[in-house]
Amino acid sequence: MQTNKSKKFILIGLVLVYLSLVLFIPAIYVFYGAFNQGINTFLEALGRREFQQALRLTLITVAIADPLNIIFGLCAAWAITHKKFRGRTFLLSVIDLPFSISPVVAGLMLVLLYGRNGWFGGWLEAIGFRVIFALPGIVLATSLVTLPFVVREVIPLMEEIGQEQEVAARTLGASEWQIFRRVTLPSIRWGLIYGVVLTNARSLGEFGAVAVVSGSILGRTATLPVFVELAFKNYLATAAFAAAAILALIGIASLVAKEILAKLARQPTI
Amino acid sequence: MAISSPSYQAADKIKPKQSYWSKISLPWVVTITHLSIVLLLPMAALITKSLTVGPREFWEVATQPVAISAYEVSFVTALFACMINGVMGTIIAWVLVRYQFPGKKIIDATIDIPFALPTSVAGLVLAALYTTNGWLGQLVAPFGIAIAFTRLGVLIAMLFISIPFVVRTVQPVLMELEPEIEEAAWSLGASASQTFRRVLLPILLPSILTGVALGFARAVGEYGTVVLIASSVPFRDLIAPILVLQRLEQYDYGSAAVIGTVLLIASLIILLIVNLLQQWSRCYAD
Repeated sequence: MQTNKSKKFILIGLVLVYLSLVLFIPAIYVFYGAFNQGINTFLEALGRREFQQALRLTLITVAIADPLNIIFGLCAAWAITHKKFRGRTFLLSVIDLPFSISPVVAGLMLVLLYGRNGWFGGWLEAIGFRVIFALPGIVLATSLVTLPFVVREVIPLMEEIGQEQEVAARTLGASEWQIFRRVTLPSIRWGLIYGVVLTNARSLGEFGAVAVVSGSILGRTATLPVFVELAFKNYLATAAFAAAAILALIGIASLVAKEILAKLARQPTI
Repeated sequence: MAISSPSYQAADKIKPKQSYWSKISLPWVVTITHLSIVLLLPMAALITKSLTVGPREFWEVATQPVAISAYEVSFVTALFACMINGVMGTIIAWVLVRYQFPGKKIIDATIDIPFALPTSVAGLVLAALYTTNGWLGQLVAPFGIAIAFTRLGVLIAMLFISIPFVVRTVQPVLMELEPEIEEAAWSLGASASQTFRRVLLPILLPSILTGVALGFARAVGEYGTVVLIASSVPFRDLIAPILVLQRLEQYDYGSAAVIGTVLLIASLIILLIVNLLQQWSRCYAD
């Protein structure tokens, strides 16, 4: 038993050292970097015009991309679970694709479609609608990388509850909207909220795909994560760390929300 | 605003069957439209763009020395990172499932930090910590080792982002595995290493490999963390996704599309492998 005990301590020690080097110290350093020159420097950095613009752009993006993803997620989950059809698994893997595509490639795809020399470029330019290097592109990129989150969380729940209750409601004369709101929605609500938390965290923090489509112009098309990079590259380390600390706080809040929701819904974490 | 009584509505609809079908198609319309605008059409645009350059030029661009070295940096470094995390992730999962110690719950929750932290934030912090005068970089600097802005920095970034994958795929399998199995092997006279190799490893292997493959897919395509900690000098620590972006910034859409397509195909292959691995581990579960 003695060897078992020493094995336990060695393994725990090894885990702690490894995680400290690559995870814990970096996580703590975000806040150290933001506050080590005093709270005033931190607040000053938050007062910068470029930061304010990045914050505003990020919030607008999230305000559009999140509802889009919720609507898509619910529709796709409904479509996939309420009808047996060939290619169901295929459709599911297509929806999963954004998990494995590099964010840069995702951004590149959007540029090649909606950019100036892209398929829709000429047509979009003719009607004066700018997608790439503007808000619509940033929203598209965010929607692309967050595509699977809500669908993945809602489908298992819709499958689990089956359709008996919905059929019962229908025979009692409820309209489709009433069925969705009164029967389906209550039983999938935890999964839906869970998916929204994941979507929201990713929308706020997406960097790669947004960096490609936004053109990363400081003070104009930079979202908060892009602002972090640009500030760092322009030797504005304190500003970069201040924005990073805000993003990290939101990230940690999402983690906590996720844990609570997982407990509430008693569903295992991914 | 008053909701009409259900019976009234039912009476109102003479052909309920037909309205059922017309309503159910709305989710389909939304699904297909959104999927096309966001994913399918953009993907088609990428593939056609890379095909319009012609097969010979495609091959030339895809295999030019800069590109080859960028794939090498991306894939080999990602492989190293995922092998390290394959071992460390299994140990972490083991420690979290089998041992009781103070602070365990917090450590379990922090494993997901790489999923929750924006990649540029992670890159910023890692770059600051691992430069030669940063907190962790100065520990190895006296030995003449630089981490940030070299390939080691790329490795650190990839280690960071791929930590959760193996832990989260192995953990549930270990939880279901009863310690009695090991005790049985043990009581039958197997040594600790025999128990591990013959009993535990075969059961855990599919999930370990699934986690490694998922982490590899993520690490190969990673951009955000690496762009801040690497110097992105060609032939040194330039990764393939950053090469795509550099080509795009030079308005060389053709090359960007070609290298992007190579990355896309690579991620599709990895996805296929992940699916096969998951089927394999399901075989084991049944």
